[in-house]
Amino acid sequence: MADDKDVLRDVWFGRIPTCFTLNQDEITEREAEPYYLLLPRVSYLTLVTDKVKKHFLKVMKTEDVEEMWFEYEGTPLKWHYPIGLLFDFHASNTVLPWTITVHFKNFPDSDLLHCQSNSVIEAHFMSSIKEADALKHKSQVINDMQKKDHKQLWMGLQNDKFDQFWAMNRKLMEYPTEEGGFRYIPFRIYQTLSDRPFIQKQFRPVSSDGNAHTLGDLLKEMYPAALPNDGEPKRNQVVIHGIEPLLETPLQWLSEHLSHPDNFLHICVIPIPTD
Amino acid sequence: MKMSDNAESPTETPKEESQSPPDDSTTTEEKKKIDVLLKAVGDTPIMKTKKWAVDRGRTVQSLAQFIARFLKFDANEQLLIYVNQSFAPSPDQDVGVLFDCFGSDGKLVLHYCKSQAWG
Repeated sequence: MADDKDVLRDVWFGRIPTCFTLNQDEITEREAEPYYLLLPRVSYLTLVTDKVKKHFLKVMKTEDVEEMWFEYEGTPLKWHYPIGLLFDFHASNTVLPWTITVHFKNFPDSDLLHCQSNSVIEAHFMSSIKEADALKHKSQVINDMQKKDHKQLWMGLQNDKFDQFWAMNRKLMEYPTEEGGFRYIPFRIYQTLSDRPFIQKQFRPVSSDGNAHTLGDLLKEMYPAALPNDGEPKRNQVVIHGIEPLLETPLQWLSEHLSHPDNFLHICVIPIPTD
Repeated sequence: MKMSDNAESPTETPKEESQSPPDDSTTTEEKKKIDVLLKAVGDTPIMKTKKWAVDRGRTVQSLAQFIARFLKFDANEQLLIYVNQSFAPSPDQDVGVLFDCFGSDGKLVLHYCKSQAWG
């Protein structure tokens, strides 16, 4: 772990330059200027956009303001997915800054979960960590932690405190040496060509004959169509945190270093533009 | 007992989707329905029928709404669902995914309650 701490920092401090514009149909008293922000990849939209809200409320009447939500090119953005995942999945081949449209009415109930306060984000975040630890350690590590330890994980994310978060999160990354990794790797594979939100199943970091499973092994089993056939050109990009890790990379290493703070490895499979 | 997509008429048997290709139904993994065992927590009322066949693609939210209506909850009463008595899955999560990751002995055990049971 310690050897690769720079990777953890790079992941944590990843930012996406973003331009927020107000939806044209919102009623304003004067024209709304766009608002620019560097969004942390590992955080959540509703957790880091207080300033965006404040900015647009300056030109709006209170009675015209309902729950804020975000949209990119017609797609409502799920606040409960990490920001980096939203960008990689919906916008990875676009020009920066990422242009997000801000809405204050017509909340799309069928597409988005409501998020009235940070406590909703906290509950979702902690649930994700618990789900991940159920896969990694049968929940033993997270259950051994105290309430204040859970709070430390959340406060670390909320206040963008890398050291505070990792002082606790490293416990969730431990495993018995003789086992060579977690019980199962918490991963989610997102694909554009499916009506299911993502693929998530049990997958061990080490094969039955003792070899480390790689990212390629995972895809071969979960989503073989993502990989190119022999001799054929690559059709898809397999993206984690905006990069394409080698398919030979051991999955356990990826889980420890490229997981989001929710402890899941979020993997995007994106078709390569054909033009 | 079957559980339909329409939460208001829980006993209705859902239509079989017959247009799926034959090679789609060969393995148990491709099965469209999974067995879910529902257990009440604390003073939340129990359901007489505990075991249900649920579509894999059904969301946690839709399942929670079904239980709430089945138990005749008031509209303002919230129902929470827990996996492994430890975490509350995201409302838009498919139960099929939960079954694949946390099911055992061919079924997925879910606990439900009116108020928060496990932090």
